[in-house]
Amino acid sequence: MSATSLREGRSDPAAHSISLVLNGQPRQLDVLPWTTVLDLLREQLDLTGSKKGCDHGQCGACTVLLDGKRVNACLTLAVMLDGRDLTTIEGLANGDQLHPLQEAFVRHDAFQCGYCTPGQICSAVGLAREGRAQSRDEISELMSGNLCRCGAYNNILDAIEEALPATRGEGGA
Amino acid sequence: MNAHAQPDSSPLGRPLDRVDGPLKVTGQARYAGEFNEGGLLYGSVVSSTIARGRVLSIDGAAAEAVPGVQLVLTHLNRPRLAADDDSYEDMDSAEGSAIRPLFNDRVLYSGQPLALVVADNLEIARHAASLVTIEYAAEAHQTDLVAALDQAHAAPAELPEPRGDAEAALLGAALSIELEYALPIEHHNPMEPHASTVLYQDDGSLLIYDKTQGPQNSQQYVQHVFLLDKEKVRILAPFVGGAFGSGLRPQYQLPLAVMAALVLKRSVRVTLTRQQMFTFGYRPRMLQRLRLGCTANGTLQAITHDAFAQTSRFEDFTEHVVEWSGMLYHCDNVRLGYQMVPLDVFTPLDMRAPGATEGVFALECAMDELACAAAIDPLQLRLLNFADTNQNEGKPYSSKELRACYAQGAERFGWDRRSMEPRSMRDGHQLVGWGMATGVWEAMQNPASARAALAADGTLTVSSATTDIGTGTYTVMTQIAAAAMGLPVEQVEFKLGDSSLPTAPLQGGSFTVSSVGTAVQQACTALQGKLFEVAQRLPQSPFAGAVLEQVEFVDGQLRLRESPETALAIAEVLAASGPLEAQADAKPDEKRDKFATATHSAVFVEVKVDEALGSIQVSRVVSAIAAGRVVNPKMARNQILGGVVWGIGMALQEETQIDHNLGRYMNHSLAEYHIPVNADIHDIEVIFVEENDDVVNALGSKGVGEIGIVGVASAVANAIYHATGKRIRELPITLDKLL
Ligand code: FES
Ligand code: FES
Repeated sequence: MSATSLREGRSDPAAHSISLVLNGQPRQLDVLPWTTVLDLLREQLDLTGSKKGCDHGQCGACTVLLDGKRVNACLTLAVMLDGRDLTTIEGLANGDQLHPLQEAFVRHDAFQCGYCTPGQICSAVGLAREGRAQSRDEISELMSGNLCRCGAYNNILDAIEEALPATRGEGGA
Repeated sequence: MNAHAQPDSSPLGRPLDRVDGPLKVTGQARYAGEFNEGGLLYGSVVSSTIARGRVLSIDGAAAEAVPGVQLVLTHLNRPRLAADDDSYEDMDSAEGSAIRPLFNDRVLYSGQPLALVVADNLEIARHAASLVTIEYAAEAHQTDLVAALDQAHAAPAELPEPRGDAEAALLGAALSIELEYALPIEHHNPMEPHASTVLYQDDGSLLIYDKTQGPQNSQQYVQHVFLLDKEKVRILAPFVGGAFGSGLRPQYQLPLAVMAALVLKRSVRVTLTRQQMFTFGYRPRMLQRLRLGCTANGTLQAITHDAFAQTSRFEDFTEHVVEWSGMLYHCDNVRLGYQMVPLDVFTPLDMRAPGATEGVFALECAMDELACAAAIDPLQLRLLNFADTNQNEGKPYSSKELRACYAQGAERFGWDRRSMEPRSMRDGHQLVGWGMATGVWEAMQNPASARAALAADGTLTVSSATTDIGTGTYTVMTQIAAAAMGLPVEQVEFKLGDSSLPTAPLQGGSFTVSSVGTAVQQACTALQGKLFEVAQRLPQSPFAGAVLEQVEFVDGQLRLRESPETALAIAEVLAASGPLEAQADAKPDEKRDKFATATHSAVFVEVKVDEALGSIQVSRVVSAIAAGRVVNPKMARNQILGGVVWGIGMALQEETQIDHNLGRYMNHSLAEYHIPVNADIHDIEVIFVEENDDVVNALGSKGVGEIGIVGVASAVANAIYHATGKRIRELPITLDKLL
């Protein structure tokens, strides 16, 4: 489980040096031009909360917040993070204090296996910021890029509907 | 909801939040492919591009030349593997010879793993894998069930003997129908792709994080296939990102990762791509022929049900497909048949409510067609032919509150406002249809063991080698243990997902609560005995003259049932004794033998079909379930919701398509293999009817993982008929079939 000595491409001449804010912390990283944000997080930084369900932008399990906007980490290259602000599921809670959406997901049992859950929650945080979803149907439509094979959709909607006002109140992320 | 009287403080029947919830919503829950270690190597699988033939040569030179590549593993340089069929058998084996990955040059299906490229990181492995070239001697293949029907053979399955004379009864029936239904291949597609992380230990032993529904199944498999000592292999699976049956057999990423680890003496991870998630088990394509005969008033007189299912050339995969037609309704003349059609494909695999999902689909659509033919309300037809006993087995049910499911489901849905005529209800430009179906699944119990240990500080740890694939096992077992010991749930921890824990069956078939839950309960009972013994021996023990039967464990205390003020805190006993533990090996009770045991459901569905476009929306579902006692209604409801979503996917979307010229899947991605998304799912209401059962197990609980899906697709199909007047007997019902 240790993150030590995982490669960050440091010795590779192809590596690019980038600086970003990751979950609130300034970070300097050397990344290879073909590495995706998802592989950087999961394989090099040991932040495995962002999930890989397809690696093709088809499932939403890898959803993270880039400058507050929801994006598929599997379709975003790590070099594009230079000068940006990246928030993953690991950066949502405030210490032991869960984010309102995280709390709502637990209370409404908005998951089963939990594999789509980080993506669902990050996506919902992004959704709150977009300010578009006014009704349950709209939430449902705008959350349809996040697949849940366990089929917890009704509970996911209940959780988001309940936590959206609080999430909007705190500026979304 | 509680079938059995429990003290008010009992956690049984409470909608407790998932105990592993906080880990899952914060991204801290780690799945098989997420255990990192310095120096970990990554494997990328090279798959066959032909469906049948031989490998003439594999050229890995270009791959090996890529800096960072450590190994190109093929059948030519693999480590020693067992050479007998028995070693490749697992707890969910099909009849035949299981596939042996990288064993020899034979290609048995398209997508078969033929090489593994191992490198320092994922990108290098993937790139180098694309450089491997394979030369084949291809042979003619067949992947089309319909084209090969003439090669069918009887399935190696024990079917109920025919009863009565179905043929004669059909001839004599006032009304008879004959129908054929077609179901496509479906893939499980759990969100987490299959992965195995093999951590190579200094002493040469293997610590393996595997995506599995049975750590001990994977453990045995690796031990036997690689001819290793038992203590050299330990499998862990703390979290499983969905499985639905796909983890019931060891999948090939496991032996491939182990091979590489053994050759290189390094830690290796192999994670399958989403495309490769289509290269092993699946729900088989199937044709089913049914004939039903009834009297003029709708009393069933004859049923014949024949299924023709595809399988591989190396294994006969069987499931309970047609049995349901001999038990769901009362009928004295029944004949059931089941045929296998071997093709150049991988072997099918149990997938959520295997067999029942397919067989009950056909039966429940046919019942709807019979109701229409006889001009009887579909629900009335079911009630008219209600089976009080299981005629396949000639046994009464231990409990069967299906009538309550019908009544409560129909009431909640408003079924009595349904008009009989198809195309008679609408909502603007949408045709509205109401359909219903019955669901059924076995309530099984398997032997299982559990250990319960009280630490000196009074915390209870209970463990068994089962898994939680999203089913809520962590939570439900915690509740069962807390209830049994009279402790608050916060003081109880349940451990699972480790092959070194007490024996558990595969997590599947809806028998985990029944099997492992019973073991947990019995382990706690054994522990109570030990506590009581110590309590009795304490100086001035209030229990000196008592026997265990007079004692109850409530609120962290032992106390006399008759005089609750005679009590002793568990903590006090532990202070004298130190930590205590007990293990139980639970078996199904013999009293089950005299009964048939099953869960039932009644599903009511509303669809809206756009008259011009043919687009279909499932706008409302009511699913009424009889599954004995529900240990955690929050989690049980979630299981049923998931099952209903699966049923909707099956009815309207899911289909893996093969290009038979190439013998290869065409839509092996989540963009083209459609599963329901959030906007496809609307109102779903779940009802658990009260069902008391003191036969199935001491908990009175039957399990809910499968029953939620059974019947749903037929209820949708029947609703679509009611909306449009069109019978589509081939799933999925896509708009092109409706227009
Ligand atoms: S992993 Fe990125 S969308 Fe599926
Ligand atoms: S909770 Fe399992 S995929 Fe959503």
